[in-house]
Parts: sequence; structure tokens; C-alpha cells
Amino acid sequence: MAVYKRTYVAYEGSLTPSWSRFLILPRYSFARLWQSRFLVMFFMACFFYPMGCVGYIYLANNLSILSSFGIPAPLGQVLQVQPSLFLYFCWVQAAFTYLLTAFVGPSLVSPDLVNGAMPLYFCRPFSRAEYIAGKMSVLVFLLSLVTWVPGLILFTIQASLAGWEWTKANLWIAGSLFIGLMVWILMLSLLALALSAWVKWKIAAGGLLLGVFFAGAGFGTALNSVMRTNYGSLLNLTEVMFTIWSKLFSWPSDTGISLEASWICVAVVCAICLWLLIRRVRAFEVVK
Amino acid sequence: MDPVIELAGLSVRFGNRDILHNLRVALSGRTIGLLGPNGAGKSTLIQTLLGFVPLSAGSAKIFGHDIRQQTRELRALIGYMPENDSFIANMTAVSFVRMMGELAGLPHDAALERAHEVLFYVGLGEARYRLLGTYSLGMKQLAKLAQAIVHGPRLLILDEPTNGLDPPARLRMIRLIKEMKQTGSMHIVVCSHLLRDVEETCEEVLILKQGRIVHHANLEEERRANKRFVELETVGDEKDFAGALTALGCECVGTGLGRLKMVLPAEFELREIYRLAADRDLQLRRLNYRRDTLEDIFLKAMEA
Repeated sequence: MAVYKRTYVAYEGSLTPSWSRFLILPRYSFARLWQSRFLVMFFMACFFYPMGCVGYIYLANNLSILSSFGIPAPLGQVLQVQPSLFLYFCWVQAAFTYLLTAFVGPSLVSPDLVNGAMPLYFCRPFSRAEYIAGKMSVLVFLLSLVTWVPGLILFTIQASLAGWEWTKANLWIAGSLFIGLMVWILMLSLLALALSAWVKWKIAAGGLLLGVFFAGAGFGTALNSVMRTNYGSLLNLTEVMFTIWSKLFSWPSDTGISLEASWICVAVVCAICLWLLIRRVRAFEVVK
Repeated sequence: MDPVIELAGLSVRFGNRDILHNLRVALSGRTIGLLGPNGAGKSTLIQTLLGFVPLSAGSAKIFGHDIRQQTRELRALIGYMPENDSFIANMTAVSFVRMMGELAGLPHDAALERAHEVLFYVGLGEARYRLLGTYSLGMKQLAKLAQAIVHGPRLLILDEPTNGLDPPARLRMIRLIKEMKQTGSMHIVVCSHLLRDVEETCEEVLILKQGRIVHHANLEEERRANKRFVELETVGDEKDFAGALTALGCECVGTGLGRLKMVLPAEFELREIYRLAADRDLQLRRLNYRRDTLEDIFLKAMEA
């Protein structure tokens, strides 16, 4: 229909496949997110540590460069690429993703709830599962870019410099990086979406995400002290993740909680977040 | 004509409370009015048809598709304009309508083109790059209408489309509904408590009360039928006049003071009345077609 005619004409063109429609939400979300200069700058800052790691790996595999600068050999021998390098990488990048999520997460679901846009999504051939998948993919994609993607690039660089023998012996590190960081990303994304769905005020939702970790850590420590147990640490999601990562990277863990308990804790947190999301993400609310 | 909406014993229950009870009707009009007092179940019926609310009994079909089993296919055919505020405040109207078009299945470029077109069509062309959060209530209503028609639905459901609109905006909304109806490409359901809006736009009306259907009427047919009912006010010998009319096949009832009510037979021409009155030197002071307004129908239905 030509604009000047201004008459209604029905659409008769082709339609997109329904499986691909959940990808529409991240496209619009990213277009909105990248308008924020702060986010762009912070996102760039998230790559400083991986860049440092690239330099470290390069130097560790090229000690002759150090000696050409007059650095004594014993210092050069300290520079070794161990699994702990990748564990530290997880910790540092997890801290960045935590802040990134606190900034991005609250703006995902709450704007749709504040002005009642949910019925407009679900009166179309678009399900609640697709909505959640679409919104979650924003965080999963963004956080992946600063966690396991650079992590695997680091591993690839190290593998290319250290040779096939090292790669064969340490291939498990790549798996640990991917699994450990994906678990973190999934838990963080679900937590952020659930909070965004229940707390309409974006700043409060962001603050609450930080609060969940700090308050959980505080309660956990208090519970451990009062009850003389270690199970309070299960409320401290940082320690739970540390336990999982330590096992994945064969690193000693002093959190006092078992690996099984940590996995169960992550599963329970994810299930609760999913339940909270499903309760909130619906076309309308029945007021009892 | 094939029914657009077919309800077969549809019931909806929230907890222990029946919201809709055993609704049975087949609606086939181009524009269908859904009327009822507050709490009658109009919005629940719409939400049920959209698949938002589970049925507790019965079934419903839209264009022959079962709402329980073919929800996704059905939603592709429906455009919905909700009653309450429904928008994303920090999006421009064109992005918002485009996104809604894409979610309905339109390709990327086609959705952008349609978004511009429908925003011009509803009268928001000049304001299409403004954030929706800055729109007035009337503009938000139009933006809601734009997102409902962007994908060219076969059934458009408008829940209180004139809510909160000033008279010029209301007239524009009514005009748009009439125009869309005339294109013949879509059926429209107008849910409103404003009888005038429904009367102006709808051919068929369904009146609900306490979750039950109390009246279902085809307004066009009723309007045609009412043309056969005539009320006369005369001065003179109305008994003789009534007798002459009866002889021509009219059913006449005198109500006193020179007033007559008549049902005219088919093919009866009104000038016969004037001729008979002139023959008898009878003054015709008033001749009215009986016209049940929607308000009459509604009030009767509420009393039932």
C-alpha cells in the first residue's frame, strides 16, 4: 500500500519460519543496549584481562624474548601456563560478567511488564518459552563473548604455541572452561531475568542482583558460624561456583561443601528462577 | 456464511467461580459487537479466544480452527488491541510496530515497510519516530491499533477501542473501524461498554451478563425488520382507517388518542397509507418506523 493512499490493505507476503522468531527479541534488545556508551566502554573493559592473558601466554612460550630484555632466567621459569591460569581467568571474567549482568539484565523483562506489553507478544504466534529463550539469549550471547569465547581463544593460542603434546594432555581444560562458564552464565542469566520480571524498577532489580550474592554470602557465613556447619556456604553462590570450578580445573577447594551439593544448589537456583519467570511472564494476571 | 467464531458450550472457571458459563453461539458478521456490563465476562471471552485462559468445558473455534489445539495457527490470523496500556515506553512507534510485525512472522524488510504504512494509516505518520512513552492516551490507542493490524490479520479484536478518547479521536477510531470493515479483508470484534460505538460499527451483537449470553442479534436484520413496524398518530376517525388498512393486509392495533401501531405486509407501499388517509380526510400527524435502538435491546437483555 502506498503511504499517500492511506487505506488499509492486508499483508499477503511470505512469512518467516516460526523457529527463528525468538531471535527477533535479542536483535531489538542489542540495538537498544548498544546505545549506551557506558555499556560499550564496560564491554571493552571486559577484554583487558583476556588481552593480558594473551601476552602472558605468549611470553611463557617465548622465554627468549625475556632474556633479550635482560630478565634473568629464574623469573622466566616462573612464567608457566598451568590449569590455574584458566581458573583465574574464570574468576576474573565472572566478576566482569556479574557487573555486566547487573547492568543489562534488569532492562530485559521489566520494560515489557511496566506498561503491560506481554499480551502483545503472546497474542501472536509466539510462546512464553520463546519469549524467555529470546530474552535469555541476550545475556547468554553477551556473557559468552566475555567468558568462554575468549577463554577458548586463549586455550587455542596456548595450544598452537605449546604444540600437540600439550594440547592432547590438556584438552580437558577447554571442556572445563566451556562447562564451568556456561553454568555460571545460565545461572546468572536466569537470576537476572527472574529479578527483572519481579522487580519493575530497573535500578532496584540491578541492586537486588548484587544483593542476592552479597546477602547470600553474609547469611551463609552467619549460618556456618551459628550452626557450626559448612552447609551455609550453599547460600553463597560465589563459593558454590568456586567449588564447581575448582573440581573442573583440579584445584583444591577449601569451601567445605561437596561437589554434588554445589551442583544441586545450582540446579535448585536455576529451577526457582525459571519458576519465578514462568509465573510472571504471561499474557495477563488473574487477581485473586 | 461460515461462522467466524463458534462457541460450543464454552465455560471458563477461575478457582471456584464460573466466569463464563455454557456459551453457545455462532457469529458470522463482518463486525461483531461484544456488549455487557462490567464483569459480564467480555474480556475473559476475548482472552479465552486468544488462548490466554484455559477452558473448563466446551470448545470454541475461530475460522474452523480449534482454539485449544491450533492456538499458534490461530494467533497468526488474529490481531489484538488490548483494553489497557500495552506498549514499550522506550521504543519508537515505528520500531515497536515493526517488532510486533516481525513477531507475527513478517520478514525484516516487509515489517519495516508495513510499520510505516499502518502508522500513516492510523494517523501517527508524523509521530512515528517518537518514543511511545511520550505519546498521549489517544496516540497510544492508535499505536495499539497499528500493532494489531500490521500483519494483516483476518480477525481483529478490539477491546474498548475508544476508551479514554476525546470526541474527535473517538470519531477517527470509529471511522478507521468502518474503513477496515469495508475493505472486506478482515472480520472485527468490538468489545465495548459504549453502546453507541457498537451501534455505529457492528452488524451483529452478542450481549453477555454474568458470564452467560442474554441476547444475540443481527443488528442489520433487526433494522430491516423494524422497517415493517410503523407507528401512526392521527386526528379523525382512525377506526375506519384501521379497518381499511386491515383490509389491505396490515395488522393494526389502536392504542387510543388516535394512535395506531401496525405491522406492514411484505411488498406494501407506504403511499397506500397516505392515500387511505386522504380518502377519509384523516390528518396524519406523525408516522414513525419503530426502531429498537441498541440501547433498547441492551436494556431488554439486562432485564431478562
